[in-house]
Amino acid sequence: MQHVAAATPAAAGAHHEEHAGFWRTYVFSLDHKVIGIQYMMTALLFLFLGFTLMMLMRWQIAYPTRGIPGEWFALLPAVIGLAAVAVGAYSKRRLTLLVGLLFGGIAWLVWWMVSDETLFPEGIMLPELYNSFGAMHGTIMIFLGVVPLAVGGFGNYVVPLQVGAPDMAFPKLNMMSYWSYFAGGVVMLTSFFVPGGAANSGWTSYPPLADIATTGQTVWLFGMVFLITSSLLGSVNFIVTIVQLRAKGLTFMRLPFFVWAQFVTSFLLLLAFPPLEGAAILQLMDRLAGTSFFLPSGLVISGQVLDVAGGGSPLLWQHLFWFLAHPEVYVLILPAMGIVAEIIANNTRKPLWGYRSLVYASIFLGFMSFIVWAHHMFMTGMGTVISTFFQTTTMIISIPSVIILSALIISLWGGSIRYTVPMLFAIAFLPMFGIGGLTGLPLGLAPTDIHLHDTYYVIGHFHYVVAPGTIFALFAGIYYWYPKVTGRMMSEALGKVHFWGSLICMNGIFFPMLIQGLAGVSRRLYDGGTQYAHAQNVLQWNEVMSISAWALALFQIPFILNFFWSMKKGKQVESDNPWGATTLEWQTPTPPPHGNFTSIPEVYRGPYEYSAPDAAKDYTPQNVP
Amino acid sequence: MQIPYTVTTRPDTGLHNAKLGIWLFLASEVMLFGSLFSAYILLRVAAVEWPHGSQLLNVPLAFINTVILIASSVTMVLSWASLKMKDFAKYRRYMGLTILCGFGFLIIKAFEYGAKFSHGIFPAEDLFYATYFTLTGLHGLHVIGGIIVNAYFWGPGSRLWNTEPERFTNRVEVAGLYWHFVDLVWIFLFPTLYLL
Amino acid sequence: MEHASQDEIRRHVRTYILVFVALLGLTVVTVAVSYLHLSIVPAVIVALFIASVKGGLVASYFMHLISEKKLVYVTLVLTVVFFIALISLPLLGYHDTID
Repeated sequence: MQHVAAATPAAAGAHHEEHAGFWRTYVFSLDHKVIGIQYMMTALLFLFLGFTLMMLMRWQIAYPTRGIPGEWFALLPAVIGLAAVAVGAYSKRRLTLLVGLLFGGIAWLVWWMVSDETLFPEGIMLPELYNSFGAMHGTIMIFLGVVPLAVGGFGNYVVPLQVGAPDMAFPKLNMMSYWSYFAGGVVMLTSFFVPGGAANSGWTSYPPLADIATTGQTVWLFGMVFLITSSLLGSVNFIVTIVQLRAKGLTFMRLPFFVWAQFVTSFLLLLAFPPLEGAAILQLMDRLAGTSFFLPSGLVISGQVLDVAGGGSPLLWQHLFWFLAHPEVYVLILPAMGIVAEIIANNTRKPLWGYRSLVYASIFLGFMSFIVWAHHMFMTGMGTVISTFFQTTTMIISIPSVIILSALIISLWGGSIRYTVPMLFAIAFLPMFGIGGLTGLPLGLAPTDIHLHDTYYVIGHFHYVVAPGTIFALFAGIYYWYPKVTGRMMSEALGKVHFWGSLICMNGIFFPMLIQGLAGVSRRLYDGGTQYAHAQNVLQWNEVMSISAWALALFQIPFILNFFWSMKKGKQVESDNPWGATTLEWQTPTPPPHGNFTSIPEVYRGPYEYSAPDAAKDYTPQNVP
Repeated sequence: MQIPYTVTTRPDTGLHNAKLGIWLFLASEVMLFGSLFSAYILLRVAAVEWPHGSQLLNVPLAFINTVILIASSVTMVLSWASLKMKDFAKYRRYMGLTILCGFGFLIIKAFEYGAKFSHGIFPAEDLFYATYFTLTGLHGLHVIGGIIVNAYFWGPGSRLWNTEPERFTNRVEVAGLYWHFVDLVWIFLFPTLYLL
Repeated sequence: MEHASQDEIRRHVRTYILVFVALLGLTVVTVAVSYLHLSIVPAVIVALFIASVKGGLVASYFMHLISEKKLVYVTLVLTVVFFIALISLPLLGYHDTID
């Protein structure tokens, strides 16, 4: 029988299907809330794994000639795992136990790898392994971490609630999306164990290198097929849910901005991913069937001419890849902007400034994102016509970005700001995304890009947007929606430690990258640039960045502890709407039951009626007549 | 807990959920085949020489295949129309024909492929054959998928007609949209690969 | 389409048969034209034109696009725009290089 308290995600699906049993309720559930949590937990684990890979790489970059103290890197996940296993076993909580075992698994993986003399001769990472870690760090963070958390996790849980729907339009498809993602993740993980190791041609998988790379690349391609399938099914579900299942009275211009952000994101995923699937098919044909889609004639490898038909084009891959990968970065940022918008409105106790501007800017941004991709290809020998075209569209696309950021910043003006932990992350997002966006400008202009392309400047730029940008927004979302899912608040004190530590450390990691990049240090160098004369003046930053990265890992401990501890021991909420929010997800029981709303909701007002002049309270929910 | 608009249409959009869903999915398929067409165009334009399709491929056989697929599109839409006219027996006949046409297409395709393989011609031969096999192969996989879906609706899935005829009719319509799309792709593939 | 009467469906069936015949005819035409061995540019234009007409017929009548709702049109128009970008911009890149 389901005797679980409101604190676990189980209750989300449990109330209705009392006879459904463990597997149907927690594992193969059709309830969007359970699926959302499945996405979230899986994605958080992958984020940790991707981060672990980078922490190992950062030792290599900072101390290229010193053996790695593997025990220390395995220690963190081992300690977390051990603690979770102990707590889980003692209090008989299966989820905690499972998470503990998974962290233990990561610890063991790290230990096993670092102890392997063929991978780490005398404790120093092989360049080939460094390349693998680099390619998989990117792949895991983007496709297995951030997007599944932002879209699969938050999108799945919150969107049906915010539109007043009982579930997603296609619950079975939703479940299949998750398992397709899971399968893709498993495939990606197994690639570490095949001969030659995981993919090592960058997450960008450029041919000809990717065409002739080790087996791991083929596994990567199959993994991507699973992930792309998951994405496509999910995006269809989101769009139909938002269009068709809106509650009565919920017009498009009354939707919370978070829903608009997910709506545009879903169109990006729907239309931009298929060309990458096409490209993956072509690369698989090259690797498995011996075709030459991406292999030019007369290609010489290790002194020998490659025995293939030839006539192919490596640039073809780049076009197809970036056609997806550019909209992909807007997939990374839009849900985050949505989360930040919700939290700012709620914690300033006033409506968002420029709601219409936000909506139209997002739509315009989504549209433009399809025609800027070749700004990733300025160094491929482009002529002036095509180069001008893409520089122009890229400059134009910065306009809606700035509109959105400005609207969010102006929204703070005159607000009664509550500095809750979600709000701290949301406020910090603004200048961090600002730095990320501004550093993108010289990359979008070809003359400056000539100097900066493929340097650490690029890495600094995009990490500013994704790390203290998107990931901060995702943290904010976790702290914000946690009480709705679990019925308990996360600890503010631990949250503040997590926030300040992460903010300082992230800047410690990514700001020096801008400096190194301007000096000309290339990316993807396994020794951090020690072999290059032009890098010598900026090499000292490597140690600073690495120490910041390891410190960042330590500052995640309060978050992980807080997350699990608060589930059972956090301060219980006194109402279903502890933040005093206006949007529909807060007008449900806590946690929402199967079917979400106890009575069919009807919407009478816009999404941010805070501090309305004649209202009794400083907020009026959307479903109040 | 019922999801609204699975059978009835939502008033302001005029659509039921699955109809919108399938059109969105087809939009993504346009981008998938589009990317492969784009690849084909780029490779052909850049090529020093590229054979005329009719020199290397069997045009009469592909012509027959085109006719088969177009016919299957007609039988598919007629099967749906039969359901709208509440004639289940007719529906089964037309759907059965659609499935048979699908198999017919695949058999001819298999024969074409076999003929090439027996002459030692595989995708790796050159870019012409690489694009031919990849494009028709992906299309063929989509045909197989369509046959499976149609067979389900001809067989076990058709039981829904007895309990929820309108919902079943919608499902067949949605399956039909997918099947027409598969036909549509071939309408462009056939001249591109065989006649140019 | 939802609440079409029996008569309307019968008229639609007539349309389906007519479209079928048109498609067959156009298929014959496109094969016949290929025997003319036109040079590549006119050949591509003619072939694509005929294919578009055939595709348009399938989409409009078999897929009922001609009476479809605005939302579906919007999605498809967007898709076509991006499809054109995907085809044309790489081609532009092929023709426009620094040397």
